[in-house]
Amino acid sequence: MLETVVVPLLKIAVLLNAVLVAVTFLVLMERKVIAWAQSRLGPMRVGPYGILQAIADPIKLILKEDITPAKADKYVFTLAPIMSLVPALVVFAVVPFGPDPLYYVSDINVGLLFIISVTSIGVYGIILGGWASNSKYPLLASLRASAQLISYEIAVTMTLVSVILTTGTLSLVGIVEAQREGGLWFAFVQPVALMLVFIGGLAETNRAPFDLPEAETELTGGFHTEYSGMRFSLFFLAEYANMIVISAIVVIMFFGGWLAPFPNVPALAFLGFLPPWVWFIGKIFLFLYVFIWIRATLPRYRYDQLMGLGWKVLIPIAIGNLVVTGILKVAF
Amino acid sequence: MADETKSQSQESGQGGADTPPDASARPAADPKKPAAAAAKPAAAAKPRPKPKPKAPPEPPKAPEDQAPPEGAELPATVTAVQDGVSGAVQQVSFWVGDWTIIVSAERLLDVMRFLKADAATLFDYCSDVTAADWPPREKRFDVVYCLYSTRLRHRLRVKVRVDEKDPVESVTALWPAADWLEREVYDQFGINIVNHPDLRRILMPEQWQGYPQRKDYPLEGPGELLMESPQDWLRVRNIADEAGAVADADAEIEIE
Amino acid sequence: MTLEAPRTSTTQFDTDELVINMGPQHPSTHGVLRVVLKLDGERVIDADCVIGYIHRGIEKLSENRDWTQIILLTDRMDYVAAATNNLGYCQTVEKLMQIEVPRRARYLRTVLAELQRIASHCLWLGTHAMDIGAMTVLLYAFREREFVLDLFEEFCGARLTYNAMRIGGLPLDIPPGWDKKVLSFCELMEGKLNDYEMLLTNNRIWLKRTRDVGVIGAEEAIGLGLCGPPLRGSGVPRDLRKDEPYAAYDEMEFNVPLGTRGDTYDRYLIRMDEFRESIRIIRQAVEGLPEGPIMGKVPRLIKPPAGETYHAIESPKGELGYFIVSDGKSTNPYRFRVRPPSFCNLQGLKRLVTGHLVADVVALIGTIDIVLGEVDR
Repeated sequence: MLETVVVPLLKIAVLLNAVLVAVTFLVLMERKVIAWAQSRLGPMRVGPYGILQAIADPIKLILKEDITPAKADKYVFTLAPIMSLVPALVVFAVVPFGPDPLYYVSDINVGLLFIISVTSIGVYGIILGGWASNSKYPLLASLRASAQLISYEIAVTMTLVSVILTTGTLSLVGIVEAQREGGLWFAFVQPVALMLVFIGGLAETNRAPFDLPEAETELTGGFHTEYSGMRFSLFFLAEYANMIVISAIVVIMFFGGWLAPFPNVPALAFLGFLPPWVWFIGKIFLFLYVFIWIRATLPRYRYDQLMGLGWKVLIPIAIGNLVVTGILKVAF
Repeated sequence: MADETKSQSQESGQGGADTPPDASARPAADPKKPAAAAAKPAAAAKPRPKPKPKAPPEPPKAPEDQAPPEGAELPATVTAVQDGVSGAVQQVSFWVGDWTIIVSAERLLDVMRFLKADAATLFDYCSDVTAADWPPREKRFDVVYCLYSTRLRHRLRVKVRVDEKDPVESVTALWPAADWLEREVYDQFGINIVNHPDLRRILMPEQWQGYPQRKDYPLEGPGELLMESPQDWLRVRNIADEAGAVADADAEIEIE
Repeated sequence: MTLEAPRTSTTQFDTDELVINMGPQHPSTHGVLRVVLKLDGERVIDADCVIGYIHRGIEKLSENRDWTQIILLTDRMDYVAAATNNLGYCQTVEKLMQIEVPRRARYLRTVLAELQRIASHCLWLGTHAMDIGAMTVLLYAFREREFVLDLFEEFCGARLTYNAMRIGGLPLDIPPGWDKKVLSFCELMEGKLNDYEMLLTNNRIWLKRTRDVGVIGAEEAIGLGLCGPPLRGSGVPRDLRKDEPYAAYDEMEFNVPLGTRGDTYDRYLIRMDEFRESIRIIRQAVEGLPEGPIMGKVPRLIKPPAGETYHAIESPKGELGYFIVSDGKSTNPYRFRVRPPSFCNLQGLKRLVTGHLVADVVALIGTIDIVLGEVDR
């Protein structure tokens, strides 16, 4: 009873809170990093160096008036943000923060498949939200979102398959263990796959330069144009939670999860003084920083160019990578 | 006209004597419904503390006189158009370095077509289309076309004198650039431009009545009265109310 | 003809066009422009601009203000290049009255106009890049624009609406040390330009978004009345500073950058080059600044003789023309007309966007560089 119900529930409670708090601070981090990139200071008023802004923002969003447009489809309009957020949080059930069972809620043997399928549900939130708003800009945005997410999903999944070929397991813990045993992060074994997953991940989380469904300067905010208050903040939470998920996948698949850098080099063994979950979270934030950095640097793709990139470049490369991996696997 | 007194009065009362034909001539000249006529002088006089010294309306300004070229030789563009479209050029004028030809409205399109195509003129760029309003004149509007040639690098102004109802052929077919410019001329002056592909108001709202750039368009409407002195505005309303013609008075004040 | 054409397949759908209103409240219409777009999917098949949301009747207003007061009104048209508007108006009146402007004043006017061109282009660059999604450039460009505004503040006390010129010259001479500051700003700006170009010029996404977008040929551009960088982007060597020199431009050495393809990227490159040419002109003007008076002989009461004239200058947006009629009797112009470059360039938007995607519409609004205060007046 204690082992099967109470402990997992406790873990879930801690994890959910941790993720939501992380998201609020991620928003602050994004604002700060972009501000520094743009020779500004960013939020400075709430608390020392604006740290408490991370708390002020959610409070503001919760207290704001929650408006449902008169012509909107009320039920779907409410359902959409929930559908967007829940999958983003559910995914964390299989993300291992460390080697032993204390650090993850569950280690199912189809962990990767679980992540891929659950994150795909998230796009329904965006599509339904845009549709239910009964407004033209959100409609255009939801059309963009459905096309974009489906095409990039193919590329990303295809690429992940080549990693699975190397490890022979779908369990996330297993994948990290494989890197420990091999003594080499998969980033060096599968560099092409790393690039594909990262680019595809940018597109799947609607981040710059692929932030077309919410392109502010074109579609005035895209699918969440008509949303306000708490429902808007659910979309917001979902987007940032998805960013964390993608970073976590990249770290687990290619950067050794909770492992310290170069576990096989004895000279670097002292790096093990940090607990594994610190390494894991540190690496995740490193990638989140890259996400933000890219947003501050690059212009936005156009819709047709984005689709062209997905179908004409990423998917062929993904297939090629898969074939080459297969051949090498059989040959050696 | 005594310029000195006029300029003095302008310095004292900032907007009072700005447009004599408009401010003073209008209420006397326009036939009006009795209620509106009663409201109008009150509205016009109230915001100014002292009544204007000049009781009789100032005689409207004479149409501006183009200084003729003093024996200077005409530029090639002008002679070309005089030869090419004979009889269309009514007058040639020159002032501070700019040449202007004045053509009849009926021949406008011929002249323009010639100016665009002829090798000596080759005006391929329509810089500007605008107008000026000279109310007492019989043909009260000047429609002015500023042309430029990007290849020969010279300018010429073409001017047409028309009345309110006279049709002016659109030059959009020659220069697509004239599209919006002609729309603006129509919008601001109410000049009857014909054969324009898409003649709508451009700067003013579509349901606007009246043409703001005409000299007899009032400078003050109910909006200004309301802002400057709400009491006056209310009084005007009351007078109009008593006459039982609120809507009419409003329309009159606004439109003119 | 009553029979419908037989459908080729049963899965054929009836499709409808989608009409969307871009603006007047939209983040990338640069003010209160409203573009009514007719879309087929995301492709624009027709566009119509609705303007006039901030029409303040500046022309009518000016006909009822005296000649000096109007300078202040011209500030309010193209408010990101107010000094250029002042310059155009003052020169037109000087032309009407045949006033000789002293050489020092002409040089200083050139400096102010070119500083203004840099400020205006900074704003264009920032917003254009922002529309396409590169938001950091906006902040960088605004940072440098602040330096120009500081220079103007030191010169005339205002940061946006300068009222910086007078008929016949300038109201004030430059404060001591101002010319040094201008020169050091030139140096700084050159370095910053390289920063901007590093972020954009060879950026693959930027190239994809701007190359071959909104292509317009020379003939068509002339016909549509485009002016300024959009016209030069199509390869038409038309720059009023060269063609009809005013102020001190006839004594300056500078090039007129021209495009070859007439697309958005060419217009971008042209404006980037114009930054450099402006810096070059400012250097020449400040270094060769002659001594002397700054006001010409102007009668106490400005009352030009009866007559009319059209005078145009090269504003950062294009040909800024003033058509002014004086009746010779009153102390205000009888007819005051502005030929706003943004207005004429905006006219070309319909031609530019047709056939492109929604995302290109914002890029194209950015590339023609409009200021709605000037379009609507």
